[in-house]
Amino acid sequence: MSTGATGFLARYAALIGRLPGDSALRAAAAAAFRTAGLPGATQQQRRLEAWKYTSLRSVAETEFRSDVAPRHEAETILAGLALLDAPRIVFVDGSLRSDLSLMPPIGFARFADQPDFGSLSWPDREPMVALNTMLAADGAALHVPSGLDGGTVQLVSVSAADADFHPRHSIRLGNGATLTLVEISAGQGRYLLNTVAEIHLGAGAHLTHIRLQDEAVTAFHVSTTYAAVEAGATYDSFTLNLGARLSRTEVHATLDGAGAVAHLNAAQILAGSQHADFTSVVGHTAPGCTSRQTVKNVLADRSRGVFQGKIEVARQAQKTDGYQMNQALLLSPYAEVDTKPELEIFADDVKCSHGATVGELDAEQLFYLRSRGIPDAEARSILVRAFLAEALDLVAEETIRGRLDMAVQQWWERLKA
Amino acid sequence: MLDIRGLAASIAEKPILKGIDLTVPQGEIHAIMGPNGSGKSTLGYVLSGREDYTVTAGSVTFNGVDLLGMEPEQRAAAGVFLAFQAPVELPGVNNANFLRTALNAIRRAHGEAELDAIQFLKLARAETKRLAMPEDMLKRNVNVGFSGGEKKRNEVLQMAILRPKLAILDETDSGLDIDALKIVADGVNALRRPEFSALVITHHQRLLDHLVPDRVHVLAHGRIVRSGGPDLARELEKSGYAGLIAEAA
Repeated sequence: MSTGATGFLARYAALIGRLPGDSALRAAAAAAFRTAGLPGATQQQRRLEAWKYTSLRSVAETEFRSDVAPRHEAETILAGLALLDAPRIVFVDGSLRSDLSLMPPIGFARFADQPDFGSLSWPDREPMVALNTMLAADGAALHVPSGLDGGTVQLVSVSAADADFHPRHSIRLGNGATLTLVEISAGQGRYLLNTVAEIHLGAGAHLTHIRLQDEAVTAFHVSTTYAAVEAGATYDSFTLNLGARLSRTEVHATLDGAGAVAHLNAAQILAGSQHADFTSVVGHTAPGCTSRQTVKNVLADRSRGVFQGKIEVARQAQKTDGYQMNQALLLSPYAEVDTKPELEIFADDVKCSHGATVGELDAEQLFYLRSRGIPDAEARSILVRAFLAEALDLVAEETIRGRLDMAVQQWWERLKA
Repeated sequence: MLDIRGLAASIAEKPILKGIDLTVPQGEIHAIMGPNGSGKSTLGYVLSGREDYTVTAGSVTFNGVDLLGMEPEQRAAAGVFLAFQAPVELPGVNNANFLRTALNAIRRAHGEAELDAIQFLKLARAETKRLAMPEDMLKRNVNVGFSGGEKKRNEVLQMAILRPKLAILDETDSGLDIDALKIVADGVNALRRPEFSALVITHHQRLLDHLVPDRVHVLAHGRIVRSGGPDLARELEKSGYAGLIAEAA
């Protein structure tokens, strides 16, 4: 079995005709992927600006199979996730597991039955989206009709086999509809989860999108989200990246109607040689829209955090209000953060700002805590959580914020162990 | 009992303390006075274990154990408490959680049961009230947005809750009006018991009117140049340090 782009393409060739949905679209995606390859894996790919700080060479060098039996108990992994008391849609090794799910009372279809590739993604521009489009086998389509509240729905991904999975999700909220979507991904082993999600928010809709990425530290996690936000609608997202050997969270949000709002907040907490890349592109195409980003990195050992944030303001998008803040806390002299804010503004009456800070734990604060009897490790943990508080506090729902706090706490316990 | 012998310390290779000998018996309050730059704050930091100071000579024992060989948190568990001259702000850290974490860490070190949130709040509210502090100080982030006086009172609140055996007050009186000064002094006086002692670092006599010291020591150029009874503070208030330092030199 070959690895890298060749391996994925060979698998696709063997599956032609057996994968659900538009085969012409898959063929076009395969052609795009053949040309592009895995970002960073070849000399040519290393020049790709969007992948300047993240190379998927390690993905290219890993052997993934589609026919391996799970090496770990998915049920055990799932049981350890401390899910919320709310409906859950559970995917194990890329496939829907109805028996482990608790279906929400909203519109639901699985990609395997009703394949829908959507209209927002760019397989020709994003190599990993091309790879997903080529091999996507399952996923969730959620639909909340106009005016309805979909409550809280958990979308859970558990990976237990050393294979690659390419889920394809679609979230649609009608005008004035609301939904809280909590995505949790975890697993054991050496796998690649390469998700593509499309989000459509009708006028006045409100989606709270929380993501907790707690993959195995031997795994790869790539996620590309496209969100189209219509007039007066809000896409309020928060991503917590804790796991994976390498993760790339890429979000493209377009504010297409007047008064649309996007919050793309995130925290990445890394140790060992973990690498996490949060890349966002916010397109302001309508007037009077607001985008907010607070992204925090806590980096221990030799880990590396990346933030790339681009705000594009079209000529007609007057009165745009864009804000972007990226802060990193380096817990080790060997940790690295790369931050690249970009503003591309064609309108003349806008308010856009961005800032970036990099620092270490404050020695005075640490001494103050220790002088009160708090042991060094506990004092450090308090200061790290204080640093993250500004981002985590942006999660309004208390039970969900509590779940994220717990994940941070567990991460910290693992680090000390 | 605190026993300091020939203590010398430097920061970035610059000597600050040049041989301090000082004994504070249990139950006593000693005042350290002296001009700016004489090493008063350094003494407080060295006793509480701040890492940027290097002890170059001497010894410090506290109730018979070697203080200098201990980490700052171990010293706190042994009963040493430094009230900071400039209390540190901790954005994102809730004051009540901070206090409870500190108290429980010290209780743990003593093999005592930890207090749960309810037990702790009861204790903290009582102490807050006794120090005439607004209760919302417990809900705010540690020292963030506190006035100078509130920060000093928050130090005294921590001291009241942690109940140290040796309190080092580093200019806790500076920036306080007379009412706040009295509250601070009352807070320390309330801790007075046979096994409690205090080192009160101050520029001014006025705190010592409310917190009457057993002994007064004058620190200049990293050495104690004179020691005496409470009258020494009053004498200094009138005549200043200049004559004394010249006399010692």
